[in-house]
Amino acid sequence: MTSTAPRSRAWKLLEMVTTPLLPSDYLDLVSPLRAGADLRGRIEAVHPETGDAATVVIRPGRGWRGHTAGQYVRIGVDVDGVRLWRAYSLTSPTDRRDGRVTITVKAIPDGKVSNHLVRRAKPGTLIQLDQPTGDFVLPQAKPAKVLYLTAGSGITPVMGMLRDTEFDDVVMVHCAPQPQDVIFRSELHDLVADKKLRLTEVHTDTDGMLDIARLDELVPDWAERETWACGPAGLLDAAEEHWTEHGVQERLHTERFRPGIVVTGDGGEVTFSTTGRTVDADGATPLLDIGEEAGVLMPSGCRMGICFGCVTPLKAGAVRDLRTGEITEAEPGVLIQTCVSAAAGPCDIER
Amino acid sequence: MTATDPTAHLTAEQIEELGRELDAIRDEVIASRGEKDAAYIRKVISAQRKLELVSRGVLLFSIFPPAWLIGTAGLSVAKIMDNMEIGHNILHGQWDWMRDPKIHSTTWEWDHVSPSEQWKHSHNELHHTYTNVIGKDNDLGYGIMRVDEDQRWHPFHLGQPLWNFINACFFEYGIAAYDLELGKNLQKRRRKNPEFRARARAVGRKIRKQVLKDYVIHPLLSGPSFLPTLAATFTANLVRNLWTHSVIMCGHFPEGVQVFERRSIKGETRGQWYLRQMMGSANISGSKAMHFMTGNLSHQIEHHLFPDLPSNRYAEVAVKVRALFEKYELEYVTGPLPKQVFSAWHKVFRLSLPNKKPKVKTPDREQELLAA
Ligand code: FES
Repeated sequence: MTSTAPRSRAWKLLEMVTTPLLPSDYLDLVSPLRAGADLRGRIEAVHPETGDAATVVIRPGRGWRGHTAGQYVRIGVDVDGVRLWRAYSLTSPTDRRDGRVTITVKAIPDGKVSNHLVRRAKPGTLIQLDQPTGDFVLPQAKPAKVLYLTAGSGITPVMGMLRDTEFDDVVMVHCAPQPQDVIFRSELHDLVADKKLRLTEVHTDTDGMLDIARLDELVPDWAERETWACGPAGLLDAAEEHWTEHGVQERLHTERFRPGIVVTGDGGEVTFSTTGRTVDADGATPLLDIGEEAGVLMPSGCRMGICFGCVTPLKAGAVRDLRTGEITEAEPGVLIQTCVSAAAGPCDIER
Repeated sequence: MTATDPTAHLTAEQIEELGRELDAIRDEVIASRGEKDAAYIRKVISAQRKLELVSRGVLLFSIFPPAWLIGTAGLSVAKIMDNMEIGHNILHGQWDWMRDPKIHSTTWEWDHVSPSEQWKHSHNELHHTYTNVIGKDNDLGYGIMRVDEDQRWHPFHLGQPLWNFINACFFEYGIAAYDLELGKNLQKRRRKNPEFRARARAVGRKIRKQVLKDYVIHPLLSGPSFLPTLAATFTANLVRNLWTHSVIMCGHFPEGVQVFERRSIKGETRGQWYLRQMMGSANISGSKAMHFMTGNLSHQIEHHLFPDLPSNRYAEVAVKVRALFEKYELEYVTGPLPKQVFSAWHKVFRLSLPNKKPKVKTPDREQELLAA
């Protein structure tokens, strides 16, 4: 206490010197990554992984608290002048010597941020960061046997785990359209060569989609393994059903990347009460998009319902969850995720 | 209002067509907004901050006359940039599309005694919606001047050149008082209104902070240069006030600009709204530097048509807008700064004296003018 009092007094004085700006507005000009600044990072390199995936090396600001393997981070990138937030899994080990972290991004068709990061991002660019979060992580106590079940870019959080923690008995089943689409393929094969990993690649272009029942043959002891699964909703739904059927659902940990969007609902007039804007919304467009189109500053992150970076009080009216069709009605304290909610009649959003 | 309506030759369809053509210009800019524009505003903000920092640094030694001169000039320019190209435009939401919370109309605060929240209401909402409508747009004469021959003359108006000059020197205070609707709200019954008092307190806080910064802290930091620094910041504020006042007078006061009756905007269509903005605003011609220092309010006509388009795009928009003026045979009021300033002041002087009563007058017109 004694040491902070004079410091905060000095800071107050500085604020008087810089009003109406803040001292940090000036400090940001010279040292945007300093301790105490809003958390940012600098892109230091972009390494291609496959034809449409790349690993971005980021030097985080001094305020970065570090991550646990399997977690993701929300990043804010300026694409065509517009700041867009997305969430990506961290793929670097947690103890990287140089303090850098990496995310690995797969360019999805029409994906503004992913295409920008994979194909256009330049070293030296500043990006915005949040502290890493997510509970798709390994437990404190090492399980004896592990199964990683992944598809496509669902491999990224698992790669963070593989690079971070060694297990005695690890099996991975990974699905990708073709061999050259397998992100981190050579590193995975090195692990196999070193006998640190048993790997089954399912190439869906030739083998077809993975039928979850085939696990019995691919990994006969799958039910005894602590399993981490990440990939498209279809795979995860099938896995959840399969594990539940066999009564071992507590062994399965999943991470969902994108919600299947159900187009229902009737829309209505949306009021953004803080900014005083009112616009008409249909029943299928996320309120996040509606607000952004109307020029309202909407916080966001993954834009797919997982990070809660977009939660906003619903003051009046009702919204529909685009993933489940569930209706949420306004009540004091009710927060909605604007990225997966659409107007179900007129509503009032506190932004 | 001039005797003849300069838009009388346009049919209702033509006016709607004009509206559609203006919408198309707007859409084109919106579709092409991007990285370059974002880089522009970031660069301007960072340049402004550096200039202010350096100027204030130089003023620490303002006991030496060359330092005083350089520091004062730099600080004046920095303050003008803060208010004009940066503050005014950000507060219009011109840069909200970037989704950068640091450069957003809901978070920006400027070096001005009127808190941005209050200014946005009186300026963006009232002035821009009711541009030049007598009795609705208080920017017309700021409630202290007579700006149209139709307005009733009162001996009070004899002093308006003086009021206008004083207002120019302390313009930011004038704006703050105006945003507070001080005249109206100081009446006995309204003075106690809690909402008004809260707003007045907010202005008080901003004034205190600015005065403390400019007239106490920075002079104190300068030590032996206390008095010269004090004089320097005072001068910079004065220069900024005189400059912004001149630019803003040029926007709606010069001869040739139309004012409108309250009745005329009932049920106004989009095309008619656009037309009113076109006829109610005036530009300043000049170099790039000139446009920059006015915060691109030299493109007042374009700004009034499209208040939320990024200011750096007004110059290119102006070419197309001007072509529309020609096509529809309308007068595009513009001229170099000295000419426009002279014209505006001339009007202030002219209307300080009574004039012959305009001929046609309907009863409700009379009322509106009284209300104004
Ligand atoms: S943006 Fe991530 S949950 Fe809505």
